[in-house]
Amino acid sequence: MQTSAQNLTSRLANPTRFMSLSATALPWVGGIAAAFIAFGLYLAFFSAPPDYQQGQTVKIMFIHVPSAWLAMGIYLLVAISSFGLLVFRHPLADVSAKAAVPLGAAFTFLALITGALWGRPMWGAYWVWDARLTSVLILFFLYLGLMALRSSLDDEALASKLTAILALVGIVLLPIIKFSVEWWNTLHQPASVLRFGGPSIHASILVPLLVMAVGFVLAFTAMHLMAMRNEILRRRVKALTLAEVSRAGAGIPAGAKG
Amino acid sequence: MNLGPHAAFIIASYAIVAAVMITLVAWLIFDGRRQQRALDALEARGVRRRSRAGDSGQ
Repeated sequence: MQTSAQNLTSRLANPTRFMSLSATALPWVGGIAAAFIAFGLYLAFFSAPPDYQQGQTVKIMFIHVPSAWLAMGIYLLVAISSFGLLVFRHPLADVSAKAAVPLGAAFTFLALITGALWGRPMWGAYWVWDARLTSVLILFFLYLGLMALRSSLDDEALASKLTAILALVGIVLLPIIKFSVEWWNTLHQPASVLRFGGPSIHASILVPLLVMAVGFVLAFTAMHLMAMRNEILRRRVKALTLAEVSRAGAGIPAGAKG
Repeated sequence: MNLGPHAAFIIASYAIVAAVMITLVAWLIFDGRRQQRALDALEARGVRRRSRAGDSGQ
């Protein structure tokens, strides 16, 4: 018996149906993302109090933490999509992985930059080579490596497979990043939201953080849908260009059935 | 609104996040339009996907 998730996955396997469904969903996802981020910004700047230790620099956490969560979450999506390509040969799996990687790199970059801008006033340094920061920097390089590997090969099918294998190997980095603050003695503080025993942050700061996090996740979802749609269009353009070239070589008029 | 002695770091953080996200969305919109234009140009020359070849009765 098929589950509803399997039904949804198989229905979305058709790129044409995906294009139709995503065109309907995109304005809603984008609009709700913008509303959440706008409300989150209002809470961050007009409702959340200064932290008793960090002062107003706690406001950087409202964009740093969602960026860091997305940096890891997007990598998980890339790995799942890669698994879907290698094992199930899902038609959209490679499209999803390829579309997500540059977005993951961008949010990892934002997590690193906003962390550095928080670290300077709070720690006295933009950067320290502690386990959390270093492992996230490696994640950023891994994203860049995935993009470089894909673009270095002319054979797109081979590039997709090799990129998927590297993405699956790289998933070992996620638990290292998550638990780095517990396994090693780091300057970066341990988890204070996603932890056993519940969040250790006061609601006045936790609520704006969660609202911003939902906004960031929805914003990524909208961007990922856009990037997937662009990739499907790019593949159609490439296929039609090749068809046009081969028809021209065979002397068949473009509009004729062949 | 008083952002305290480290206001520059807070403003810079939000400005960089805004700049990156706006750039991403702008790039995605631009790329989507470019691909759609290329697809439209191909279809205007009579090159169609098999699934759509029957639409025009060709």
